[in-house]
This record gives sequence, structure tokens and C-alpha cells, in this order.
Amino acid sequence: VGLGVMLVLAVGIVAVGAEWVTGNASLIVLGVMLVAVITIIWTAFVGGLDTRRALAPYGLLKPGILWLSLFFLAPLWSMLQMSLSSKQNRFDFFPTFSWEWSNYSTAFGDYGAQFGRSFLYAAIATLLTLLIGYPLAYVIAFRGGKYKAVLLGLVAVPFFTSYLIRTLAWQNLLADSGPVVSVFNVTGLTTVLEALGIMTNGQIMNTPASVIGGLTYNFLPFMILPIYVSLEKIDVRLVDAAMDLYSSASGAFRRVVLPLSLPGVFAGSLLVFIPAAGDFVNAQFLGNPNTTMIGNVIQDQFLRQLNFPVASAMSFVLMAIITVSVLIYAKIMGTDDLV
Amino acid sequence: MSTVENAQQRTGRRLVNVAAVFGLLYLFAPIVVIVIFSFNKPRGKFNIVWQGFTLDNWASPFADKALTDALFVSVRVALISSVIAAVLGTMIALSLSRYRFKGSGAVNLFLVLPLTSPEVVLGSSLATLFLSRGVDFGYTTVIIAHVMFQISFVAVTVRARIRGFDWTLEQAAMDLGASPQRAFWRITFPLILPGILAAWLLSFALSIDDFIITFFNAGSLVTFPLQIFGASRVAIPPQINVLASMLLFLSIALMVGALLIESRRQRMIASGTVKRKK
Repeated sequence: VGLGVMLVLAVGIVAVGAEWVTGNASLIVLGVMLVAVITIIWTAFVGGLDTRRALAPYGLLKPGILWLSLFFLAPLWSMLQMSLSSKQNRFDFFPTFSWEWSNYSTAFGDYGAQFGRSFLYAAIATLLTLLIGYPLAYVIAFRGGKYKAVLLGLVAVPFFTSYLIRTLAWQNLLADSGPVVSVFNVTGLTTVLEALGIMTNGQIMNTPASVIGGLTYNFLPFMILPIYVSLEKIDVRLVDAAMDLYSSASGAFRRVVLPLSLPGVFAGSLLVFIPAAGDFVNAQFLGNPNTTMIGNVIQDQFLRQLNFPVASAMSFVLMAIITVSVLIYAKIMGTDDLV
Repeated sequence: MSTVENAQQRTGRRLVNVAAVFGLLYLFAPIVVIVIFSFNKPRGKFNIVWQGFTLDNWASPFADKALTDALFVSVRVALISSVIAAVLGTMIALSLSRYRFKGSGAVNLFLVLPLTSPEVVLGSSLATLFLSRGVDFGYTTVIIAHVMFQISFVAVTVRARIRGFDWTLEQAAMDLGASPQRAFWRITFPLILPGILAAWLLSFALSIDDFIITFFNAGSLVTFPLQIFGASRVAIPPQINVLASMLLFLSIALMVGALLIESRRQRMIASGTVKRKK
């Protein structure tokens, strides 16, 4: 009964929230939900302690699950509906549903470049956070000693300042007369970086490099913390055992430590890749018009052009691509546990 | 045991340490810049190039009224939403770790979904729902949106903290005649409270710093991040850096305080001065 009632309530609330049903039909749905609530209260009231115990988990879940159903699931449905809508004439503020598939072809046709760029930047940023974050997590976990807590605290310190302010600070750092460019000029790295195409005209600000650098920076702690957690769990004696069996230090790392830390790497990459792919703050603050990502386009279409259907279509495609790639990635890494 | 390491191993060891130090420096560079530039005396409207040292900004941290107002809006939103999310999320976490029941796998998956969706998608889809229902954007919509993404964070954090909790303690209390309610509030709740508080703090911080989801659902309401975003196009007052530095020092002080209290308590428990509270 508990599960049944919860499902009825969740489906009901999504149905009403997302306007599957309107007018009288929604009254009927609300009626059914009311009956379901009365049934469960009645069952709990009539039944003994055992019944009440069996119903308890559902009772605890209900408020939170219903909140998520109404404000997470129902919106996804509205968004899907919106992505197939169109404005009937130029003066319409609000589009009507009309199986308008052309929104999707606009999304891909006009903004394919931004999609590609988003996933490319997010992938590079994920790789960079892994390269920078793994050694740091490793040192904290195995060589931190009594300073472990302090070092972990240091990793979390960037979270104590606002995300936007952190990103703005990179404008100061990467400015043409700023410290980073000066160091590059003095050491002669500028020529090397220009040859590699990372810098253009002695600038690093407003290039793909600065956007990727910003993404890498902002999501780095999300990579470090899960890797640290999985490294921390490793029994150091396993490494000793490998060494006793004449494994080299690097061999012990490759065949013992690394495989055991993969769940952390997996969780970390998701925590970096997903927000990075949808981000628009870094591209806005650190990029140029040629480095815009899909988040910028969605935000612009939705909030400035008020072109809700195309924005919805792009959001939906973004979500679909991310979900599929996460599933494939989970298959490759052989993990089922996401959290 | 490898007590003797050869030169090659030592070099490798040092390289990893150097990489770690580099990582920490990278994490701290912008933070240092934020604090330094809070002492800058900018000539134009943008606080980007260093002009000279001044204490004026610290003497008048609340000089920018719009910024201060926005900060208070953010604190209010964060307080309300994190309390709601802490209650709802803890209930879910309790239900998932305390009971075995049909459908718990599905609930688990459902909880993770908001965490694995990009914020643009969460923000724009919720805004679509509000638009289609004709809801006015403002405080309510922002709080609803924040609670939506905080619930999952709270549920996952609290569940991780109470994994391995000894539920027989509650059973024992009931065997001694406590009602289920009394057993929960007197035994279980005090023991899981630190986990709940940690989750509440996390969701408070997430709310105060959230930009993308808020951007879609705020209407004319201006939160702290929204104010900074708006300002970044027109003028960046140094007060932004002052307020950010203040928040930074406050959080560091809180964290250090919590660490000190915790280690002191551990020592006292170890030496038997205080007994662990029942």
C-alpha cells in the first residue's frame, strides 16, 4: 500500500504540475490523490504497530520525493513539451505545443559548433583536473601525516569564496599586463605557447586556453575530494605486500593503488565533466565570442531572445547526450555505484 | 618492506610532491588575488589593474548599497531553503538507511538524477514550468529551485554519515520502555545530528553561491552572485573583494574553530575527562 500510494501521489503531482491534464481532469487526479492519502492514513490508523512500521519509510520519503517530482520531474516534462512548441505569430510571448521538430534541427544546425566545443572543453578540463588533482590527493592521503585535515581544509578553501568572484580573479591573473603573461614573457614560454597555438598575439586571456583553464580551476576540488576518499580507504599494507613480492614502486602503484582508486576517479570525472559541459560563466568571463559554449547559447536564447522552444530543445539534447555518455562511461569503468 | 629506496624512486617521490605543491598553488592563486585586490585603489570602474594600496575599501565594506542588499537577499534565501532541504533530505536519508523496502533502488536512482544533470538544464526546465503555469518569479521560485537541488545533496551526505549506525541502540531504548518517538528523539537524533548539521552547512553554502539555476528563476530578485554578474559588465567595485575576503576569513575561522573543538573533545574523551553524551 505504501509504495502504491507514493507512486499515485508522485504521478499525480507530475501530471498536474506538467499540465498533462487540465480542467476537470486535473480535479479528478487531485481527487484520486486525496483518496490515496485518506487510504494510507486509514490503514495506519486501523492497522497495528507492524503496519505502521511497514509504512514508515514511505511516510518519511514522501515530502522530499514529492518536492523532487513536482520541481524536477514535472519541469523536464514541460521542457520536452516546450521543445516541440512554436510561437503562432510574432507577437506571441508564450509558444503553443505543435510537434515542432524544427527546433531540434535549429539546435543542431545553428549551434552544433557550440555543442562540440562544450564537450571538447569539458573533456580537456576533466583530463587536466585529473592530472593536477591525482598527485595532490595522493600526497594528502599517503604523506599527509597529521596535517591531513589541514591539507583537506586547504583544498576546500576556494569553495569559501564565490564562484563568480573566483572566476573574475582569473581576469586579473591572466590580464595582458598581469602576472601570468609577464612570467611567460620573461621565461620565454610565450613563444613556445604561441607555437603550440595556446596563446595568440601574446595574449592568454580571451582564448580557449583561458576558458579551459577557468573550468579546470573551478571544478578541481570536485576531482580531488572523491579521489582522496578512495585513496584513503586503501590499506597501505597492500602496497608493502606488493613490494615484498618484488614489485617496483611504480609497479605497485600501477597494479595496486591505481585500480583501487578508480571509483574515486570515476566519481570525480562525472562531478567535473557534467557541470563543466553546461557551464557558461567561464566562457562569459574568460572567453571571446568564438569560445562560447552551449550554456551561453541556452542562457541567451532563454533569457534574452525569449526563444523558449529552441532553448528547451538544446537543454534536452544536452541532458540526453550527458546521460548517454555517463552510462557508456559507467559501462567502461565497470562501476554501477554512482555515489 | 622497502626501507631503502634508490635514487630513481626518490626522484619520483619528489616529483609527485612538487606536483602536489603546484596543485595547491594553483588552487590558491585566485584567492590571494581576491584578498590583495581588496586593498586596491582602482581609478576607473573596473578593479582589474593594480593602482595603489588603500584601506578605504575595508573602512567602508557596505558602501555599495546594491551589493549589500543582494548579500542579505542571498543569506535569507540560503537560510530558508537550507532548513527546508535539511528536513526533507534527512527524512529521505533516514528512510533509505533505516528500512528495507520495495522501491528503494528506484528512490536511490531518482535522488542521484538531479546531481548528474547540468545546472543549465535544471534551471531552464524549472523556469519553463513556472512560465507555463504563469507563476511570478521572485523569492518563492528561487527558494523552490534551491531546495530542489539541495534535497539530493543533503540526502546523500546524511546517508553517508549514518551508514553503519547501530540501530539496535534504538531497539534497546524501546526495550527499556521508551516509545518509538522518544527513542528516536533521545537516542538516534542526537547521534546523527552532526551529520545533519554538516549537510545543512553544505546546502547553505551551495545556496549562497548558486548562480546558474538562480539566474533562470530569479525574475527581478537580485542575489549576491546575480549582482556580481550584473556588475561585471558595468563596473566592479572593490567592495566585492572586501565582502568576499570577509566571507573567506569568517569561513576559515569557523572551520579552524570546528577542528580545534573536535580535536579537543577527542583528547578529552580519550583521557576520560568527559563521557560521550548519551
